[in-house]
Amino acid sequence: MIRALAVMLAFACAEPAGAQTLAITGGRIVTMGPAGEIERGTLLISDGRIVAVGADVAVPQGAKVVDASGRIVTPGLVATGAALGLIEVRSVEATDDRGTAAEDFSAAFDAGYGLNPDSLLIPVARLGGITRAITTPVYKDMGGRERVFAGQAAAVVLDGRAMLMKRGVAMVLEMGDAGAGRAGGARGAQLVALRALLAEVRDYKTRRAAYDRGEARDYMLSRADMNALVPVVEGRMPLLVSVNRAADIRDALALAREEGLKLILESAGEGWRVADEIAAAGVPVLLTPVKNTPASFETLGATLSNAARLAAAGVTIAIEGNGNHREREMRYNAGNAAANGLDRQAALATITINPARIFGLAGRIGSLEVGKEGDAVIWDGDPLDTLARPLAVFIRGAAMPMTSRATELRDRYLPSALPPTNGEIR
Amino acid sequence: MKIAEWLGGFAASLTFAAATTAVAADAEARGAFASTYRPAAATPTAIVGATVLTGTGDEIPNATLLLANGKVEKIGAGLAVPGGYLLVDGRGKWVTPGLIDAHSHLGAAASPAVPAHDDTNEAVAPNTAEVWIEHSIWPQDPKFRLARAGGVTSLMILPGSANLFGGRSVTLKNVPSVTAQGMKFPGAPYGLKVACGENPKRVYGGKGRSPATRMGNVAGYRKAWIDAADYLRRQDKWEAGGREGDPPKRDLQLDTLAGALRGEILVQNHCYRADEMAIMIDVAREFGFRIRTFHHANEAFKIARLLAKEDICVATWANSWGAKMESLDGIEENAPMVAAAGGCAIIHSDDGLLIQRLGQEAGIAMTAANRAGLPIGRGEAIKWITANPAKAMGIDDKVGTLEPGKMADVVLWSANPFSVYALADRVWIDGVVQWDRSDPRYQEPSDFLLGQPGQEFAR
Repeated sequence: MIRALAVMLAFACAEPAGAQTLAITGGRIVTMGPAGEIERGTLLISDGRIVAVGADVAVPQGAKVVDASGRIVTPGLVATGAALGLIEVRSVEATDDRGTAAEDFSAAFDAGYGLNPDSLLIPVARLGGITRAITTPVYKDMGGRERVFAGQAAAVVLDGRAMLMKRGVAMVLEMGDAGAGRAGGARGAQLVALRALLAEVRDYKTRRAAYDRGEARDYMLSRADMNALVPVVEGRMPLLVSVNRAADIRDALALAREEGLKLILESAGEGWRVADEIAAAGVPVLLTPVKNTPASFETLGATLSNAARLAAAGVTIAIEGNGNHREREMRYNAGNAAANGLDRQAALATITINPARIFGLAGRIGSLEVGKEGDAVIWDGDPLDTLARPLAVFIRGAAMPMTSRATELRDRYLPSALPPTNGEIR
Repeated sequence: MKIAEWLGGFAASLTFAAATTAVAADAEARGAFASTYRPAAATPTAIVGATVLTGTGDEIPNATLLLANGKVEKIGAGLAVPGGYLLVDGRGKWVTPGLIDAHSHLGAAASPAVPAHDDTNEAVAPNTAEVWIEHSIWPQDPKFRLARAGGVTSLMILPGSANLFGGRSVTLKNVPSVTAQGMKFPGAPYGLKVACGENPKRVYGGKGRSPATRMGNVAGYRKAWIDAADYLRRQDKWEAGGREGDPPKRDLQLDTLAGALRGEILVQNHCYRADEMAIMIDVAREFGFRIRTFHHANEAFKIARLLAKEDICVATWANSWGAKMESLDGIEENAPMVAAAGGCAIIHSDDGLLIQRLGQEAGIAMTAANRAGLPIGRGEAIKWITANPAKAMGIDDKVGTLEPGKMADVVLWSANPFSVYALADRVWIDGVVQWDRSDPRYQEPSDFLLGQPGQEFAR
């Protein structure tokens, strides 16, 4: 079965990407949309978009057919919390474009530039079923002026072609310990500084012409940073705030309420302790649910039940991977959340439709619905489990190669390690 | 054949070491730093109906496992349960030996990770073989309990990899204790942490001193081994001379290196690249010692047969790669390929989160291997986190399998232990329950977390 599918896919790969009709037939289609699960369904993708999904879908003549009988079909997974396309080897600075120490670019730094679709990390993530990602900038702290914001996140596609889907999907900010550190050593200083900055952005917004004539007062941030923050103060671009301590989460919620900001919380190690307040504010949360150690004084209340408790309170959550090279573990993180109380269907939503919704991409990706872009994964078992793997990955209707540099290394050395006899190794 | 000969030789050298009172053994001879761990009286227990992975390669469905006097008494399908045994219903569940992590920094890199708790690297000189990691361990580290909830019953705590010689490791039983001595695994040999590659050359090259290159690393090892061989010769000469005159002056650093030359202290070598592992094998050959384990070893799959022939274990991950140039070639199938070549494969954590999910990491490697055409079964894969780390740590005569006579370190899992859905329902250490997921008494926070916010739920 696996072999037959592989042959079919190799054939599919030879065709021009997305320029034809693909029919994935016979699988249990977990749409993550209003259609729910389709026991034995057909998914039709034409010119890169989903044109039909259901139990009684006729396969048009000439369509490329992939038999997924007995398999699970899900939407492609959407990764959050990593910077795919901006990093290669962590210790090699020239290959790390996740952050900047430039004087005048804090909010203005844009992760939608400098993306590298040839990154070795992309096929590795894709072999974990990940088809899209929110490439998220990180701080690059160096001596001297500490930047307030890490910059703007971008939505990207992982099919090896030009990566950018949408730039400016969120403005990234750290609060709590890290934010206090950058503001001179106290949480209070950061909260005051942020309010002052946002007031200046509003002021700048009404005096751009005067500012450019040199007739406005001096502002703390550069012109580029001010421009980048205008959509944030207007509530159009979400502010993605990494924060953990329950009290700090309350401070972030208050800041957003008072300043009219659209907020996304990230990490939220003690989120469960203020879950009702987060839910009442309608604020979504990105989190890594396996982070249950009291790694700092702001995560003393970390617990494996965080994801389940947030979801039970009505918070929309998305589950992150373990970062860049280890982003493929995202689905296992969702599985661990399920093992610790999160409904399994809800757990699958945290890595598909929920991140799409949180970043304003649900009209394009995140579920298998007519009109959306044709990202799908065929699995040989439960997508959340360590015991299952993707058999095939499609992005915009095109079959992705099921190889990476790592599998090429494996295949190069496999013959030299193989046992002399056949049979199970025990 | 060769392996058997070597194992025999190793056992002999241990016996020899025990029979002598070398200068180096002063501390132990006086009872300093000895284990004070004494297991409580164990209730005779019968776990009935579970699928048991024995750690010897077998998978026994619907098995009965008898634990008595803190030891594994009997295992098999359809065994009669003697009277007076506490019955544990294992139907629908899985049983494995207690998990063993061959690479941990728990207690030495304690949570919260504040500078005051950073006690893993004595990064002031490239050779600090004189330090013992057990003198850094804070038993209150909340991660010990989390690892217990993840089924980990024994673990080796290692110094960090900043130095060529990082110091002595220590093996612990993962039992609650106020002191490090109360956790020490009775009779476990020490290890010596040796580090290859980027870390030492970065740390010391950055300070403008040697080693600044890989060749500097190797010169550093060889110089130290020359000193250790000389120290050993002087000691042996004094012993052979009927201990006439003053004994040679004791040197803490050379004590540990000489112990490694004698084979009493097991060499635990942090080394990523295949070419560097081959160099380290030659360094060991030059000075006549053995490397017990290569740790991290992302490129072990490239020299899997060599490592099997040399009988050197490989402790690695499935998922970690790419942080450094030396880890760029990490692949999911590393451990399975080592196993396929007949070697001793280990999945380790080196991490306070992963140590809670060793079964899942092994499951990822096993599943990836199966997909690649390597027929690795659960019976082999469970050895990567039980019997094989026990061998790497020199405690395989006591733990790591469910053979009669072994310590009753056992985990009852809610599901297939390689799956994300597996939770440790109950953990026995020396036959004593040390974790029960349904019993709040075992979820009490450590001293540090007591009275801190947000402790009302088990982690």
